Amino acid sequence: MKVVVTSTGECLDSPIDPRFGRAASFVLVDTVSGAITTVVDNRDGVEAAQGAGVQAAEAVSRLGAECLVTGHCGPKAFRTLQAAGIAVYTGASGTVADALAQLAAGTLERAGAPDVAGHWA
Amino acid sequence: MIVAIASGKGGTGKTTFAVNLARSLEQPPQLLDCDVEAPNAHLYLRPRILGAEAAGILVPRVDAVRCTLCGDCAELCRYHALAVLRTGVMVFPELCHGCGGCALVCPEGAITEELRPIGVVEWGVAGDIELVTGRLDIGEAQAPPLIRAVKAKARGDRLVVVDAPPGTSCPTIAAIQGSDFVLLVTEPTPFGLNDLALAVETVRALGLPFAVAVNRAGSGDDRVHEFCAAQGIEILAELPDDRRIAEVSARGRILVDELDHVRPVFGALARRLVELGDRRPPTLAAAGGSRAEGRR
Repeated sequence: MKVVVTSTGECLDSPIDPRFGRAASFVLVDTVSGAITTVVDNRDGVEAAQGAGVQAAEAVSRLGAECLVTGHCGPKAFRTLQAAGIAVYTGASGTVADALAQLAAGTLERAGAPDVAGHWA
Repeated sequence: MIVAIASGKGGTGKTTFAVNLARSLEQPPQLLDCDVEAPNAHLYLRPRILGAEAAGILVPRVDAVRCTLCGDCAELCRYHALAVLRTGVMVFPELCHGCGGCALVCPEGAITEELRPIGVVEWGVAGDIELVTGRLDIGEAQAPPLIRAVKAKARGDRLVVVDAPPGTSCPTIAAIQGSDFVLLVTEPTPFGLNDLALAVETVRALGLPFAVAVNRAGSGDDRVHEFCAAQGIEILAELPDDRRIAEVSARGRILVDELDHVRPVFGALARRLVELGDRRPPTLAAAGGSRAEGRR
């Protein structure tokens, strides 16, 4: 399965970024091999005046991901991810590798709704 | 001639000056209340409302049949009002600034534009004064398209007084752009001076001729006067800090209708502004812009 994890860096040891739309980068991981396929620099999202979540959801969709693991997800981002058919898991912590382990262990809850308001951070 | 009444700081007396100036002009003007987030000129003028219409922003509508999901529209949109996904295109009208760029770049002609109302433009008469008021819907974040819709009602056959919103950002600029003269209302306080300096920078950047009016004169210090003297800015009027003025305003009455000692202040201001207008060539700048519904 192709999973995107939001991160402040670009490797499995990098800390996750709890923000989605304004995360520093999106790390695409193939859970079969456990290896990183692609890292997308989200500078545009970090610097966006508005609509960072929408743009980020678009980027995740473009990567072909089936699943997103992050800290929090706001309303417009969530709507966009849902429309793109991407499963959203919030509440991840630690490193990218930790977040993937949490996903595999089933300790992350699949979000049925946004868990923060827009512009929360 | 279009005279805009603006200020950096809020609550300095823009509407007081706009309404009393309107009442003091020999030829009755048209007053455009462009403070669409908190319009209040009508509270003093109490106009008879003659009509109203919705105003808004043109937002995209995507024809899913023609759309090939190429993504050109979303890539162009710096406000991220469109998201192109594998499954389709999503539009976020609340993020759209109505620039129309998405419809222009769409190679398939799949995007049409539809009006999303953001507020109301209302017009009426108060005696000889014609009042046009913009009122932004609660929860709307973008005032400029509505301000432009109000200004599109500006008449060429009489003097127009624009009551601008406070501040120095997009709404203020939308309100004062295209004016022949800007009167910056301030008060002689540190806050008044700080925000006056910002407003002066703004009107200078826009290349608009301007002068200052001091409200509640005598209440603070001399720094506003010193600033104006140092910058070579003319002070066209001074309204004294006077309890009777506050009382008349608080009752929603017009100062020049009730206070003899205030009448000459606005009489002189009106004459001076008309004089300044006569010295300038007639305005060529469009007051409203070609697409009143919402082009930045």
